[in-house]
Amino acid sequence: MSVQRNDWSLQRKGQIDQDRHKERVRDAIKKNLGSIVSNESIILSDGKRVVKVPIRSLDEYKFRFDYRKKKHVGTGDGNTKVGDVIGHEGQPGQGPGTGPGAGDQPGQEYYEAEVDIDEIAKLIFEDLHLPYLEEKAKHAVPSKTTKFTEIRRSGILSNLDKRRSIMENIKRQARETGDARIGPFKKEDLRYKTWEEQMTFESNAVVIAMMDVSGSMGEFKKYIARSFYFWMVRFLKTKYDNVKIVFISHHTEAKEVTEEQFFTQGESGGTVVSSAYRLALDIIGGRFPSSDWNIYPFHFSDGDNYYSDNDEAVKLADELISTCNLFGYGEIGEEGASSYRRSSGALLSIFKDRLRSQDRFVGVRIDDKEDVYPALKEFFGRRGEA
Amino acid sequence: MVDREVQELEKAVDQIWEIATTRFGLDPFPVRFEIVPASVMYEVGSYALPGRYSHWTFGKAYHKMKMMYDFGLSKIYEVVINSNPSYAFLLETNSPTQNKLVIAHVLGHIDFFKNNVYFSKTNRRMVDEAALHARRMADYEFKYGRKVVEEFLDAVLSIEEHVDPNFFIRKQRERADGEDEKKPNRREGRYDDLLSKEEREDQSGENDGSGDGRKHKPSLAAPEKDLVFFLMKNSPSLEPWQRDVMAMLHEEMEYFIPQLQTKIMNEGWASIWHSRIMREVDLPTNEHLEFAELHAGVVSPHKGQLNPYYLGYKIFEDIEKRWDNPTAEEREKFGRRGGEGREKMFEVRELESDISFLRNYLTEELCEELDLFVYQLIDEEDWTVTEKKWERVRDQLALNMTNFGFPYIEVVDGDYDGNSELYLMHRYEGVELDMKYARKTLEYVYKIWGRDVHLETQVDEEPVVMHYDGHEHEEE
Repeated sequence: MSVQRNDWSLQRKGQIDQDRHKERVRDAIKKNLGSIVSNESIILSDGKRVVKVPIRSLDEYKFRFDYRKKKHVGTGDGNTKVGDVIGHEGQPGQGPGTGPGAGDQPGQEYYEAEVDIDEIAKLIFEDLHLPYLEEKAKHAVPSKTTKFTEIRRSGILSNLDKRRSIMENIKRQARETGDARIGPFKKEDLRYKTWEEQMTFESNAVVIAMMDVSGSMGEFKKYIARSFYFWMVRFLKTKYDNVKIVFISHHTEAKEVTEEQFFTQGESGGTVVSSAYRLALDIIGGRFPSSDWNIYPFHFSDGDNYYSDNDEAVKLADELISTCNLFGYGEIGEEGASSYRRSSGALLSIFKDRLRSQDRFVGVRIDDKEDVYPALKEFFGRRGEA
Repeated sequence: MVDREVQELEKAVDQIWEIATTRFGLDPFPVRFEIVPASVMYEVGSYALPGRYSHWTFGKAYHKMKMMYDFGLSKIYEVVINSNPSYAFLLETNSPTQNKLVIAHVLGHIDFFKNNVYFSKTNRRMVDEAALHARRMADYEFKYGRKVVEEFLDAVLSIEEHVDPNFFIRKQRERADGEDEKKPNRREGRYDDLLSKEEREDQSGENDGSGDGRKHKPSLAAPEKDLVFFLMKNSPSLEPWQRDVMAMLHEEMEYFIPQLQTKIMNEGWASIWHSRIMREVDLPTNEHLEFAELHAGVVSPHKGQLNPYYLGYKIFEDIEKRWDNPTAEEREKFGRRGGEGREKMFEVRELESDISFLRNYLTEELCEELDLFVYQLIDEEDWTVTEKKWERVRDQLALNMTNFGFPYIEVVDGDYDGNSELYLMHRYEGVELDMKYARKTLEYVYKIWGRDVHLETQVDEEPVVMHYDGHEHEEE
């Protein structure tokens, strides 16, 4: 019989496999970004940092019984009778079992991974950037990066520099025993990397977010526009420390609104797209001269413009394009109407036919929640690199 | 590393060992206790054996347990390993009282491991074996790539419980046969004990060449409950390293099976003895209360669930009572003399598994006292109590434990359609499979078998055959 207490501080097996699991979650998220990007629990998260996202590929599949069709045995508190209801579907009176092969836990539909929104953001933003960014005269936009620059004797374990630590260990062994080989590690052997923050400067930029809030923009369409702008705003704020964002909502008239109003207000009425473009041009003219600013107007609408306004809209869009780096237009269709395309009359096809400068115009059609992520990639993808 | 706490514990261990063995007649393996931090405790808990191979599912379990602990939702006080000598892990934050209770509890488990007949064939050096497996697995990862090994493990783990619980009988028979007529012209392989005699002869080039290739090999025709073994042996598509991985997982599962078969008994037995032993230990007054609270926490009913500690504890207690003071009828009918309670308990711990334990010793009175009932989902909505008759409750309980709670699935044909396709049969006993899971698992089976796979089961009392050909599912 013996009792032992050993030093376990370097034991990392569980940690390592936990990381393998995390890696799988990340892979699964990457594969499912399309549906995660427009997942309600994220878009409507109200500032929560961790959300639950269903991820199908992480279940541990086995042949098992249908939990809902099986009879179970339980204990009561003394006077349970036939006919008593002890729980409701979704939360039966069954807690997590313990040990291998408990095998009788409620059939969760699929594995819900808890993910940090920041982590998803990182994956989404990996390949996104502001296209055609140019050097402008005024206001450099600072953006922060971190770089490992130094080695120290103390630090956090995740920054352990293994190679250097091993070298130190060998050196110490050589000093102490005369034999240069790896021996038991001591605290004094360990070396850690530390980092510094570095500032780099980028040209300043303004994004003009325009959204159609007319009566024809139903729940689904508004949700799509909202998801897109949710990620766009987040993306700009994460990657660029000082990008300005102007919010414009319009129906037959356009007005500049705050971020909060932009995301929450519902309106009604008809659609006059040119009103928004005119206001955008006014704002650019007054506050963001193109000699000093990179300008990115984006517009989301269902394309259901007043027929008589189309000529004006095209004209003003051309004017916008001539002052800006890139003009993005997203047209949102009816939910699940991916096979059905309106060809004429809708703004997207008019823009594609009649705009004079197509190379700085990106038009995207969205019929489904899953299209939001491709749209983001389309607007902020790699283009305009020198 | 010797400190005061360790010395104190050593004293407690000696005292508890003395009480357990001489006073109560427990007969455990020698034990090595390790005091570990929570991170290590949860590691051993989630891998079920220390030093086991790496896989993300262990990491997932570890993460979950660790979170529950960090948030104060649940706590493991001990983990004990069935080996000789045995290992037991104590959480470093345990109080002295908790540790004493845990030590007593652990000795109960180890006595059970050593003396219950279902454990008699388990490898008592499994910790070393698991470490060797981990090493080989790591080598394969290095050689074939981590992703490749991981994906293969995903597939095998999906059917890991489908092994023959009495596999040791086959092993013994093979071994006995082999000794009689050893062929001298063949090198012995590492997995000879997993191959049948015929196959060993096949491999040694003794095949007379009369087979026409279309004929069913006898081993492919027989119904085979051990899916892991069957696929390992007969899959037309596996590499040697993959068969080795399957052999390792099979061996580990053989080791865990008795634990799945005796959960209620094992926990009941350990709980009985920790309570008896602790009564004999000289506890300071303040520790008495703490012990009482802890013990009540362990063996309390969880409403609507089944606490194996509680159920096992109650049944063992009841056995002792009934054999100590038999009724007049029992005296007459069964010739019980009374005062044989202790003896009977030891006999039960030696001979029964959970299913026979419940069948033989769960009585009407006990069912009533424990307020056991059967419940099921009614109208897709309400979990409703549907049965209180004690025999039915007992039978349902035993049924739910049959095949460790997994559907009973057999290979019925390994050369289906004369095309080396695999035909599995679910022995339907009134409960349908989770079809979504069955489809996904079938994909894994396909990955191991490499050719079309079929699974026959029942839906709405009608036979249904599921097919998977590597691309598409079909059901008819």
